[in-house]
Amino acid sequence: MIRFDRVSKRYPPGIDALSNISFEIDAGARVVIEGHSGAGKSTILKLIAAIERPTGGAVLLSGQNVGALKRQAIPYLRRNIGLVFQDQKLLFDRNAFENVMLPLSIAGFPPREAAQRVRAALDKVGLLAREKALPIALSGGEQQRLAIARAVVGRPNLLLADEPTAHLDDETAADVARIFTEFHQVGVTVVIATYDTRLFPDARRIRLDHGRHVERSAA
Amino acid sequence: MTIWLAQHGAALRLALTRLAAAPLNTLLSLLAIGIALALPAGGQMLLGNGMQLARNATPQPQLSVFMVPGADSKATAAVADHLRHHPQVRSVEALAKEDTLARMKSSGGLKDVIEVLGRNPFPDAFVVTPGKDDVETMESLATEFRQLAKVGHVQLDSDWVRRLNALLKLGRTGVGLLTLLLGAGLVAITFNIIRLQVVTMRAEMELSRLLGATDDFIRRPFLYYGSVLGVAGGIFALGLVAAAAASLNEPLTELTSLYGLPLDFAGLPATDAGLLLLLAAGLGWSGAALSLQQYLRD
Ligand SMILES: Nc1ncnc2c1ncn2[C@@H]1O[C@H](COP(=O)(O)OP(=O)(O)O)[C@@H](O)[C@H]1O
Ligand SMILES: [Mg+2]
Repeated sequence: MIRFDRVSKRYPPGIDALSNISFEIDAGARVVIEGHSGAGKSTILKLIAAIERPTGGAVLLSGQNVGALKRQAIPYLRRNIGLVFQDQKLLFDRNAFENVMLPLSIAGFPPREAAQRVRAALDKVGLLAREKALPIALSGGEQQRLAIARAVVGRPNLLLADEPTAHLDDETAADVARIFTEFHQVGVTVVIATYDTRLFPDARRIRLDHGRHVERSAA
Repeated sequence: MTIWLAQHGAALRLALTRLAAAPLNTLLSLLAIGIALALPAGGQMLLGNGMQLARNATPQPQLSVFMVPGADSKATAAVADHLRHHPQVRSVEALAKEDTLARMKSSGGLKDVIEVLGRNPFPDAFVVTPGKDDVETMESLATEFRQLAKVGHVQLDSDWVRRLNALLKLGRTGVGLLTLLLGAGLVAITFNIIRLQVVTMRAEMELSRLLGATDDFIRRPFLYYGSVLGVAGGIFALGLVAAAAASLNEPLTELTSLYGLPLDFAGLPATDAGLLLLLAAGLGWSGAALSLQQYLRD
């Protein structure tokens, strides 16, 4: 489903975030991208979602060269991807329901069907009772779950999550991890960037070190 | 189609919500736009009344052609013949000098003066009504008639109307310039209002793009915002103009009646008002579009 073919990414003024990265991720897989802070994990996710373009090589998503997409085509690519951002990007002047509604409004869903989907997504992350709450009134774990609900409400077949368990205590982190596992079980391809090597012990791992792909040691 | 409608409806609702969310800002914006639009609209209204005045004052513009004093009847007959057969002349009224003398004698004060002179001081004259009453025709006829033998003087009897018309022409140019200038001002006002909004809503707009929003989706509420602001400002301007009309009506009617001119003071006609609202909507839209173009370029 996802193929990186000798991908490099150099940010101005000359920071090599990724160097000659190649890997392939099958549909329905669950993959953890791990590495130290600054290793290039976020950059990988951004390249898949066409938030950044590679400076070398090709990023293919379902056979489509993402880096070569026209500007007008990018929105439609993103509607098929669920994104959980490192900084969550919740709208703090909108309540939980409205935050989750945003992707559906963007995609032009009829309001009634959209409302049903929003409630279903909130239910899946255990926030149905809090739909009227503003994000500021939610705990860290609840905010992260809200961000996940927003990512999955459009029923994407690919879910990209950047450090979804950062700043969460172990119990809450395990809770969030369980939610991702549930999506994976219903067939969603899940790619998670995390420095937390204990998370998803049974998932396939792609290890980065200073922008280079390192074969996983037997650790 | 229904999705398209729903998306536009949502964008319009969002625009109205944003307007209502900052009532003081909205009010001040409306004030600025309203005044900017009221000036050309008010000018247009005054112009309309001036034109009405010019029309009513001259049902039939005419030329007076005077023979030189002492021109013989043969010359007068020749001129009369020329005038009557001229293709651009509709009708000719001949005023023989004897008739004029008789009329003047009967009108009181002049009688003594005329008797002192002892001879008829009046020339033969013609009042000519041309087929067309535009200024160019009148002028060219006057020039032509001046060159006829023994014609002493040709007068356009509607000189002051011509002056009024010239003034109105100037006024039209003025209103046109004012519209252009203040229209540009309106674009600048909405440009800035939207720019400020973009600054405060940048996070949301960025997020929307990351979640798959098209440029159109992001642009739409702002465009509605700009045009709603324009239309509301236009309505405000129409209110200002109507108020001005109400307070000008009486003094102006009184003034013109002192000059014996019939003026039925009228406010801005409905078509002009509609045009103004359309223009305001378009300009508000353009201001917003320009502002967003700047944001969406990167
Ligand atoms: N927009 C950017 N401009 C310049 N440098 C960047 C930008 N984004 C990331 N980088 C740099 O690229 C490298 C990889 O960043 P990132 O992919 O965010 O790493 P990670 O997510 O693994 O912490 C880092 O050195 C970072 O400073
Ligand atoms: Mg990162």
